Amino acid sequence: MAGLATAFGSGAMTNTIGEIEDAKAILVIGSNTTENHPVIGYRIKRAVKKGAKLIVADPRYIELCDYADSYLQLKPGTNIALLNALAHVIIKEGLADEAFIKDRTENFAALKATVEKYTPEYAAEITGVPAEEIVKAARLYAEAEVASIFYTMGITQHTTGTNNVLAVANLAMLTGNMGKPSGGVNPLRGQNNVQGACDMGALPNVFTGYQKVTDDAARAKFAKAWGVELAGKDGLTVTDMLDAAGSKDVRAMYIMGENPYLSDPDSTHVQQCMGSLDFLVVQDMFMTETAEFADVVLPAVSWAEKEGTFVNTERRVQKVNPALKPRGNAKADWQILTQLATKLGFDWEYDCAEDIFKEIAALTPSYAGVTYDRLGVMGIHWPCPDEVHPGTPILHVDKFSRGLGHFSAVEHQDPAEVPDEQYPFILTTGRILYHYHTGTMTRRSEGLKQIHNEELMELNPLDAQALGVEECDTVKVSSRRGSVKSRLKVTDRVPPGVVFMTFHFKETAANILTNSESCPTAKIPELKVCAVNVEKA
Amino acid sequence: MTKVNITLNGQAVQVESGKTVLEAAQAVGIDIPTFCHDPELSKAGACRMCVVEVAGARNLPASCTTPVTEGMVIETESDRVINARKSILKLTWAGHPQDCLTCEKTGSCKLQDYSYRYDVDGSPYKGEVKEIPLDDTNPFFFRDLNKCILCGKCVRKCHEVNGAGAIDFMYRGFGTKVTTAFDDAIEESSCVFCGMCVDICPVGALTPKQGLNQGRAWEADKVLTTCPYCGSGCTFYLHVRDDKIVGVTPNFEGPMDGHLCVKGRFGWDFVDSPDRLKTPLIKKDGEFVEATWEEAMDLIASKFEGVRAQFGADAIAGLSSARTTNEENYLFQKLLRSMGTNNVDHCARL
Amino acid sequence: MEQRRILLCAGTGCISSGALKARDALLDELNKRGIADQFEIVSSGCHGFCEQGPLFVIHPEDIFYCRVQAEDIPELVEEYLINGRVVDRLLYMDPITNEHIKNHMEIGFYAKQNRRVLHNCGVIDPENIDEYLGSEGYVGLKNALHMEQVAIIDEMKKSGLRGRGGAGFPTGMKWDFTYKAKGKKKYIVCNADEGDPGAFMDRSVLEGDPHAVIEGMAIAAYAIGADEGYVYVRAEYPLAIKRLRLAITAANERGFLGNNILGTTFNFNLKIKEGAGAFVCGEETALLASIEGERGMPRPRPPFPANSGLWGKPTCLNNVETFANVPLIYRIGAEEYGKVGTERSKGTKVFALTGKINNTGLAEVPMGIPMREIIFDIGGGVQHGKKFKAVQIGGPSGGCLPEEQLDLPVDYDSLTAAGAMMGSGGLVVMDEDTCMVDLARYFLTFTQSESCGKCTPCREGTKRMLEILERITQGQGEPADIDALEELAESIKDSSLCGLGQTAPNPVLSTLRYFRHEYEEHIVEGKCRAGACSNLVTYHIDSENCIGCTVCAKNCPVNAITGERKQPHEIDQAACIKCGVCFEKCKFDAVKLK
Repeated sequence: MAGLATAFGSGAMTNTIGEIEDAKAILVIGSNTTENHPVIGYRIKRAVKKGAKLIVADPRYIELCDYADSYLQLKPGTNIALLNALAHVIIKEGLADEAFIKDRTENFAALKATVEKYTPEYAAEITGVPAEEIVKAARLYAEAEVASIFYTMGITQHTTGTNNVLAVANLAMLTGNMGKPSGGVNPLRGQNNVQGACDMGALPNVFTGYQKVTDDAARAKFAKAWGVELAGKDGLTVTDMLDAAGSKDVRAMYIMGENPYLSDPDSTHVQQCMGSLDFLVVQDMFMTETAEFADVVLPAVSWAEKEGTFVNTERRVQKVNPALKPRGNAKADWQILTQLATKLGFDWEYDCAEDIFKEIAALTPSYAGVTYDRLGVMGIHWPCPDEVHPGTPILHVDKFSRGLGHFSAVEHQDPAEVPDEQYPFILTTGRILYHYHTGTMTRRSEGLKQIHNEELMELNPLDAQALGVEECDTVKVSSRRGSVKSRLKVTDRVPPGVVFMTFHFKETAANILTNSESCPTAKIPELKVCAVNVEKA
Repeated sequence: MTKVNITLNGQAVQVESGKTVLEAAQAVGIDIPTFCHDPELSKAGACRMCVVEVAGARNLPASCTTPVTEGMVIETESDRVINARKSILKLTWAGHPQDCLTCEKTGSCKLQDYSYRYDVDGSPYKGEVKEIPLDDTNPFFFRDLNKCILCGKCVRKCHEVNGAGAIDFMYRGFGTKVTTAFDDAIEESSCVFCGMCVDICPVGALTPKQGLNQGRAWEADKVLTTCPYCGSGCTFYLHVRDDKIVGVTPNFEGPMDGHLCVKGRFGWDFVDSPDRLKTPLIKKDGEFVEATWEEAMDLIASKFEGVRAQFGADAIAGLSSARTTNEENYLFQKLLRSMGTNNVDHCARL
Repeated sequence: MEQRRILLCAGTGCISSGALKARDALLDELNKRGIADQFEIVSSGCHGFCEQGPLFVIHPEDIFYCRVQAEDIPELVEEYLINGRVVDRLLYMDPITNEHIKNHMEIGFYAKQNRRVLHNCGVIDPENIDEYLGSEGYVGLKNALHMEQVAIIDEMKKSGLRGRGGAGFPTGMKWDFTYKAKGKKKYIVCNADEGDPGAFMDRSVLEGDPHAVIEGMAIAAYAIGADEGYVYVRAEYPLAIKRLRLAITAANERGFLGNNILGTTFNFNLKIKEGAGAFVCGEETALLASIEGERGMPRPRPPFPANSGLWGKPTCLNNVETFANVPLIYRIGAEEYGKVGTERSKGTKVFALTGKINNTGLAEVPMGIPMREIIFDIGGGVQHGKKFKAVQIGGPSGGCLPEEQLDLPVDYDSLTAAGAMMGSGGLVVMDEDTCMVDLARYFLTFTQSESCGKCTPCREGTKRMLEILERITQGQGEPADIDALEELAESIKDSSLCGLGQTAPNPVLSTLRYFRHEYEEHIVEGKCRAGACSNLVTYHIDSENCIGCTVCAKNCPVNAITGERKQPHEIDQAACIKCGVCFEKCKFDAVKLK
């Protein structure tokens, strides 16, 4: 998100899901779309059926590869080398959109100078993708009348995450694929309301609508509206927070609807840090692995028992409506928060979710025109500055949010941890179709459990042979941070030297193994690459 | 767009050229029955229920595939048309189980609806009926191919929307059926259980297991909401009866055109998992003990105030949630910031 | 010394009756005698007279030997080829005059034919492009390439050629639609998915004169602006595929196919797509689906293939015989072409004569010829002197014509008016032993089992019609059944998706039209006059003929026949299982069917 904000001035998906099927070329990089965003996967497949050229860049042979005109099987952690090489070919072959570069962007010279050395051959060395395939992919993408890019955590969960995103943004600007239908740069959000949580200022540096806490005017506005004094320096990110708990700089934590014990890297470390807290409150539907550490656990209702709004990945604000009565004494999170705020002496008066939404709209220019009544069955794309504004499906149409699009010259950099003799495999993590995040919900769904209910770590057949293990065998997987046991799926979906695990299963908690090294800018940990050893258990 | 003039049931109508007769009729509120048409899918022209009489045409063309042409004169409910529809219904009934009393689809079944509309009470044709064993081995839906009327919508949905291509037509003549490669059970196929086939099946051939015998379609309240899983933001209707979710149907009018995946379509039963937390818990001597809201809130407030007083506001930190609503995220950061700290984040990075 | 040319028929029919063995024997014999170099042995395509195969025609004298087996070869070589003495026993014998006929044009089967499409079949070696070229091959293409596209299409319209695949749509109009359709990429497709029971016209043309089809397709491609073509041919035609493949290779080598054809800028690449033999794939939209790799199921029209066909591109489909007519039109001109045939049905039509007819085979006749001439003059009449009952024309989509329709001129419109159709050219002759209800049942069995299953009327309707026909032929018919059949037939005709469904009831409707009394007899009297429906037949012993030999009683498996020796016997109808053994065993014509 920090990357796109740098390049364009806004960190959100630039185009909408409905436009996908009219793209003429689509680059999917670091997104197993058909499993993580199935309905978006459907659209991409339909686009291919309608004639779009599909380029898939992923270390794993994902389902979309079956539909791809070009498959770039890069080594984990080598995105920048690949993206720079694509830019290199595009510039060298005269496929760049010179008019767009001239009129709408800045800093092109720096990009050009940097990608000069990223010849397809040079990138092939780093990425393992054949040079001619890089050339082919560059042409497919750049020659299309309109091309879009989709990515997810395969791009961001690296120590070079922000730079990866910048390299993606470079490509789209280089070819003038910004601000037009079926084009753009589209980070797919992994959770129902990540976009909304960010929009609402559940971030250490911004209030709602990305108004900076360091901005005096913004702070004054919120202070006045809320009737409180506000701190003017950025807070801690989730990884820093946990470290600070470990060092006793943070003493008390309030965790609402999250399960960092399973979702955050290096679980052992997370556990130690949470154990150091003086006081921990966890608010959830279930007794999660994190809640077990809490001093107080507050029962929250499910989404079906409350009212509110979610914002989907394409910035569409949509209604959530109550279908059921709250179970037991559980309450909606907003009711709990209101009750606690009152206890803490704040003057909060909300009778319903809509009351809160009105306050949000009043304080957030990009939401100013959104009301519950207007959401209907279609929702509204922010920015929506006033009540007659129809919403904004496509961003950066005539002008980038920041003015000119900014090219950034970024260099390849090895992941924080690379395989060595002791830990010869790269572990990369992700999700599967039938489960979601830490499994809190999906592992309590009978049908989903029946289809899939245990970790099956993916291992290439050649590696399996070398290790003397077979499908369904149990192996011990170890990293510098810990070890877990997992059953095996032997498959050439993963290349030799790479293993894949999900983080859905607490019995095989992949994040015991992962590395908490983060991207220095976005603070996103490098969950997509760590070095592990695999041995027969 | 150029317009053409047509006459629909005696009524002069202007229609965009390129539209089908069915679309033209729908636009002026004339309901033409159809089993196999779906605006999102390719045009099959298979069920023939939508045939109409076009002046000058030798046969009865299917309105779903026939484009309007200038001067076209169309009758959608002439005797000849009604006879053809009755014949199709009688033929369909000849091979169809007569078990509407207990069929899960009763009340939302197009075969029932059209039989009622055209006063067809079964079939005069005696003969072979299908006896295909029920496929009930997957966790999500039943496949009763004896009730299948071979409209092929499921096949097209699976190929054209999902892309899984798990099912297709097999065999010929009366033996034709929609099934998986090698006629295996559905879970042995490339099916990914999105359930979109179930949602568009016009009869009782594909029915969800959830909600079985828990009420007729018209007995449930339908609440439009947004899926709690990934960020795509599919909307759907929760079917609720007696404070229980008994099913999900897609929001075909919504932004995702009614597309869903297995999690949204079938993965909502966690809501009534026995593991649900139903009361506040306070840990005492390493064990959680049930508490009242008042007790829990008092404790939290005093602890937070204590920490803030002793170590400063930045000794407090909060993790908000990408799973909760905007309103809740807003209040969460408002609460933390009101206490004087910007230590608020959530798992967007994970 | 000039070589003598021996043309032996190497069509599928003659091969199955031993033509290749006879050829090998001939080569052996000639080599043994050291005279092989005096003869040119040519394996030709089908001569048409399959009933009499294997066929040998020796030129220049044009003598016609038939039913030549390997063991006849030494005699043929010694007597005829060396000593010039005609081997009478291998000549065709006129069934009426019992005279041996030497020259094939004197044989009734050939005398009334007008072999224009088949003019190379049985005359040239289909695997040798030079023989085709020697027979004015590719002249039509050369002529066409000097014409404007529109002029080619106008010429086609002028010729009056109508599609030979069934419905008889004017070919020129089809070309015109495809020519005018928007789009750069267009296709030509040849429908060689001949599926009617008993039809083998297209197979014979492909086997006997593949270049004619290729030339016709190339002309069509040039006319409409296509650069790619497919021949969709059923995999059950291996010989046709082999010869077509050889012909395509040769045509590519000689510049009649491929890029820059005959030095022009016209490119045309032709491919073969083998079909799996589903009847429905003869329907044009199902055929296109099959080429695309989909299940062969018809697609709704419109859009018509001329606008949106193969992979959504404008596509012109014609069948084999239609394309085989094309070179002739551009060789002799539309005017000359149109001199044969009738006003609205120009040219000739090839028919496959099968069923209870003497001269089974392939015959090409001018349009408008009376049906009677085809069946009696060319076909040699009904086998075993039995009485003619009906002729089924047009395959499962066609209809039956009774004796009173025999003077009907055979053209598209007359046949349709009489409740039949031209179809692709299958002619199945039925004699008095054929039950017309059973015949309708047979065709419905075919259409039901070949129904693609897509549309309700065809899939379900033909099933229920078939069940009614089964009940009638089993003696369980009810008076209301005829009404039910007619009702179902009308609704299937009216509302089916594709042409096959819309015509599927035709065999029932046409038999009801001309042989309704047979249906009524089955239902009301429980009687099958043809004796074909075993449930309806009863066996009786004619006491006048019975001499009491007891053979029937001894052979009856259920001891249903009783009687004293030398006294007339009797059959106990309650015990009789109608196995027919008594009927077969009686030497005195005393067992009668009722």
